[in-house]
Amino acid sequence: MSDSTQSPSDYTASSEVGAVRKRRTRRERWWLALKKAPVSAWFGMLVIAGYVFVAVFAPLLAPYGEAEIFPTPFAPWDATHQFGTDQIGRDILTRMIYGARNTMGIALVTTLLSFLIGGGLGLIAAINRSWLDQLLSRMTDVIMAIPSLIFALMLLSIFKPSVASLIFIIAVLDSTRVFRLTRSVAINVVVMDYVEAARLRGEKLSWIMRHEILPNIMPPLVAEFGLRFSFVFLTIASLSFLGVGIQPPTADWGSMVRENASLIQFAQYDIKAGITPLLPAAAIGLLTVAVNFVVDWFLHKSSGLRDEH
Amino acid sequence: MSIDNEPNVAQSDGSQNTLLDMRNIHIEGFSDEQWHPIIKGVDLALERGQIMGLIGESGAGKSTLGLAAMGFVRAGCRFTQGEVNFDGTDLLKLKDAQKRTLWGTRIAYVAQSAAAAFNPAHRLIDQTIESASRSQLRPDAESRRDAVGLFESLHLPDPANIGQRYPHQVSGGQLQRVMTAMAMSARPDLIIFDEPTTALDVTTQVEVLASMREIVEQHNAAAIYITHDLAVVAQMADIIKVLRFGEEVEQSETRTMLSSPKQAYTRSLWSVRSLEKPEEKGEDIVLSMQNIHAAYGRVQVLHGVTINLPRGKTVAIVGESGSGKSTAARVITGLLPPGKGDVLFNGEALPADLKDRKPEHLRQIQMIYQMADTAMNPRQTVEQIIGRPIELYHDISGAKKAERIAELLNMIELDESFLDRLPAELSGGQKQRICIARALAANPDVIICDEVTSALDQIVQEGILKLLLRLQQEFGISYLFITHDIATVKAISDEIVVMYQGEVVEQGLKSEILNPPHPEYTELLLSSVPEMDPDWLTELLGSRTN
Amino acid sequence: MHPIFITIIKRLALGLVTLFVVSAIIFSSVTLLPGDFGEAVLGQAATEETVAAFREELGLDKPAVLRYFEWAGAVLKGDLGTSFSGRSASGVDRSRSVAEMIWPRLKNTLFLAGVTALIAVPLAIILGLSAALYRNTWYDRSINATTLTTISMPEFFVAYVLILLLSSLWKAFPSLATVDPGMLLGERLYRIALPAFTLTLIIVAHMMRMTRAAIINLLASPYIEMARLKGASRSEIILKHALPNAWAPIATVVAFNLAYLVVGVVVVEVVFVYPGVGQLMVDSVTSRDIPVVQACALIFAGTYIILNLIADVIGIVTNPRLLHPR
Repeated sequence: MSDSTQSPSDYTASSEVGAVRKRRTRRERWWLALKKAPVSAWFGMLVIAGYVFVAVFAPLLAPYGEAEIFPTPFAPWDATHQFGTDQIGRDILTRMIYGARNTMGIALVTTLLSFLIGGGLGLIAAINRSWLDQLLSRMTDVIMAIPSLIFALMLLSIFKPSVASLIFIIAVLDSTRVFRLTRSVAINVVVMDYVEAARLRGEKLSWIMRHEILPNIMPPLVAEFGLRFSFVFLTIASLSFLGVGIQPPTADWGSMVRENASLIQFAQYDIKAGITPLLPAAAIGLLTVAVNFVVDWFLHKSSGLRDEH
Repeated sequence: MSIDNEPNVAQSDGSQNTLLDMRNIHIEGFSDEQWHPIIKGVDLALERGQIMGLIGESGAGKSTLGLAAMGFVRAGCRFTQGEVNFDGTDLLKLKDAQKRTLWGTRIAYVAQSAAAAFNPAHRLIDQTIESASRSQLRPDAESRRDAVGLFESLHLPDPANIGQRYPHQVSGGQLQRVMTAMAMSARPDLIIFDEPTTALDVTTQVEVLASMREIVEQHNAAAIYITHDLAVVAQMADIIKVLRFGEEVEQSETRTMLSSPKQAYTRSLWSVRSLEKPEEKGEDIVLSMQNIHAAYGRVQVLHGVTINLPRGKTVAIVGESGSGKSTAARVITGLLPPGKGDVLFNGEALPADLKDRKPEHLRQIQMIYQMADTAMNPRQTVEQIIGRPIELYHDISGAKKAERIAELLNMIELDESFLDRLPAELSGGQKQRICIARALAANPDVIICDEVTSALDQIVQEGILKLLLRLQQEFGISYLFITHDIATVKAISDEIVVMYQGEVVEQGLKSEILNPPHPEYTELLLSSVPEMDPDWLTELLGSRTN
Repeated sequence: MHPIFITIIKRLALGLVTLFVVSAIIFSSVTLLPGDFGEAVLGQAATEETVAAFREELGLDKPAVLRYFEWAGAVLKGDLGTSFSGRSASGVDRSRSVAEMIWPRLKNTLFLAGVTALIAVPLAIILGLSAALYRNTWYDRSINATTLTTISMPEFFVAYVLILLLSSLWKAFPSLATVDPGMLLGERLYRIALPAFTLTLIIVAHMMRMTRAAIINLLASPYIEMARLKGASRSEIILKHALPNAWAPIATVVAFNLAYLVVGVVVVEVVFVYPGVGQLMVDSVTSRDIPVVQACALIFAGTYIILNLIADVIGIVTNPRLLHPR
């Protein structure tokens, strides 16, 4: 940057220097960022990778079948049942492994659906800015005026609890938050001169959406996806814990806590039995912590430390 | 380094005349996970009562150096070497608590944006006397009376009561003066002015400059005046220091610096304003606004504006913020359909709304924006940015498109090595050139340039203006050039339109508009533009009071 | 009239409209009921007449709008309808009025939430402010890591860990928070110690993080840098320059978290078998006792709306731009 002084006579546009960022390909940038990621982010990524691995290979990893029942209910920890059995004699370790698959799978599908609904409508509202935006925004306000767990409970009392109704209800309720975020970040992009330039050029709406807006709102949306996933995951776990979420015999961490909660009372006689109901709860907590760590780092990265001089 | 003896140096404490002595300052900033040098070994010495102008382009480190004079760096920056001796004490060796006893009382700071630098929750008077009150310089009641006196000498309206107001209740120019009073309240020995008039319109700037200079002289304070505007610094400073890339280029007494700068870089800064295009009259009108009335919601912005643009010529629209000059551009492009009036293109009325215009209409009128940063999608490469209009308007793709892109890059004096760069990998001037190439890709008849050079450094500005003139000669493009900068107008226009509060004050050939007689507003506007003459402000104020 | 009153009245009106729409949504959920609902409630053995009578009682033969206004009118008078439970196929009706079921439980829930809020709100604000003040020190970092972990845990996990430690292993507090109306205040507080502790942990974590973020956001304003350069000390900057502008964000944070408390209460009441509205709602969802569910949802949503309303009004009242118009 510290080249000698220029005079107008030897000035050329291509030699002009300024605050020019060093050129790197996308892969190089990602690799560089990964290398500099803090321990917490690495921890988070490893944990998530582990969970995904368990979820994908659940049938291979689990010692028994998902709903296989053994003669002794509440069996203690031993070689045949590493974490004992539950109230009707199912192997806890097996159900933990299948629970990873079910709970995470349902949360993932729900989050994807909620982004499809909320993200799509948010984009349309941001570009349209007319009565449609008004209508959608007011609807969102009203739905968000009811706490989502309460709303979900109410709807679940009407539709029979099932995986499909659970996914649909949570996705719709959660899409309001995705809608708000997408709309607000997209509005910040829509007012940019390059979007105006595209409109002046005569580009179609769908082209503007795909080429000008979407690529620029991806970083906050990706981070939000992580946060929404944790939130959805916790909501589903809570509903299952309350007995109105994922229904037996499907293995699921929330219901497992509920089913085995009474074991806590035996902690002073057998500490292992006492912590058994905490295992699925801890599994839920660990995944949420991991996702939060990664999102924290990602947000920090994409917001960037601005040059302050 | 030696400093010429100044005639108006304060005659205080005999032998020890140096107030501030900064030596070998090195400052680094943290970005991209690394420390980068911002200031690379600058010395700065200032005597009591002396005003130093600190000038340089963006990224020269002038603000950082100004704050360093207080022993302060912003978050994400650090001192790595050097000393800041203020009245015999090295500020860098002091603890924060010790520095705080100096800040606001002996060294004061005037920030660029007064609107943001005042706390919205407190009355102006309380903020004005805050430092004096904390240091228990004098009873608060006395400080309040003194502040009213300062308001009065800064020519603020209703000085007795303006302090009772909250920041959002007064105008930007007034706030900037209140901030000067705030800096002055504890009678500091040194004031740092950090681009205090950059955000103001020229006609307001003159008044603020005059009252700042007056009060600093009155109280015999020393000051560092940071700006990128040479003409402004010429009015304010006794000596000028030129910075570039965090290093000193040269320093000398103001008149010497203006008349005979030593370094090539300084001369290049000075020479920019010499660019001037001979005017030509044009008869064939390509674009015309006929009696346009336009409004945002209920707020009427344009009141019957008529502007004609001759083919192959440049019409500059000049005006301050709120004059409606950018709104005029929005009406022409169809972004804001007018309430009344027509936009004629080659004598034929264009549909008012963008949506109703044919691609051919859109192709013929292109636009270039002030901020090239926001005018280009940060996720698209140069190739995609320039290539899109070629594809869209001319239905050219493949090898032919690549050929055309290369040709366009040559036109704007760049080469094919830029093809796969993203906007963040370009300098300010290169970005603006890519925007010009994007406009050219459409083969337009008319290009609307909205303050295209205002965000750029002087040398780069000149390069862009020369490029635009060359392209006009080669392709006969007509420009509608919106700007608030009179120097740019002189450089590029054939005709000038002066706008004020949504109306056209006058339109005519450049020579007619710039030479007297003027309508009242044009006179005020033209006379308010600072000139590179240290006596300009004094003479102007003299002539205005007469 | 001072323009600030107009702003407040507008906000209040908006709150009323929201409440109206929300109640309409809660009400209309009944119309989503599947057709065989009468049989589901009354049992397979119900005769056609009893089912028809039940449907008539629900008013399913009248237009929905009319039914809404009848229902809303009754709610305003404190009549929340009659529970579905206690009905039988034979047509014998031993059902209770919803208001009668909810009222004692509402008092319990308000007691638990109130005790929690009383501890959590001041604690969270103090922690948040001090973390912002000493940001990037070990104090700030450790608080941050702890709270990030806490907010990632499901409420029932925190609850069971506390039960394990403070009730099962060390028998300090009861794991079942059973209370009855005759109980003295001290006894009552002892019984709800664990649920209140659980809720406090969760709410403090959320609220502290948001307070810290709001204050740090404020500290980035140019007028704070100006205050520093005017020689203001750290505490002066926080108390004199940041805090007067922080009431609106802090009020929002507090309201948001008290609303969150409403949700947390549901899970915690179930864990500790505490006789509150949350537990009642969950039970009623399981037994599909729609009138009770509706009443509970209305209470929770109403609380939530009113809290947000209060936060917004505080934001309006402390905004200097609105307080001192041009």
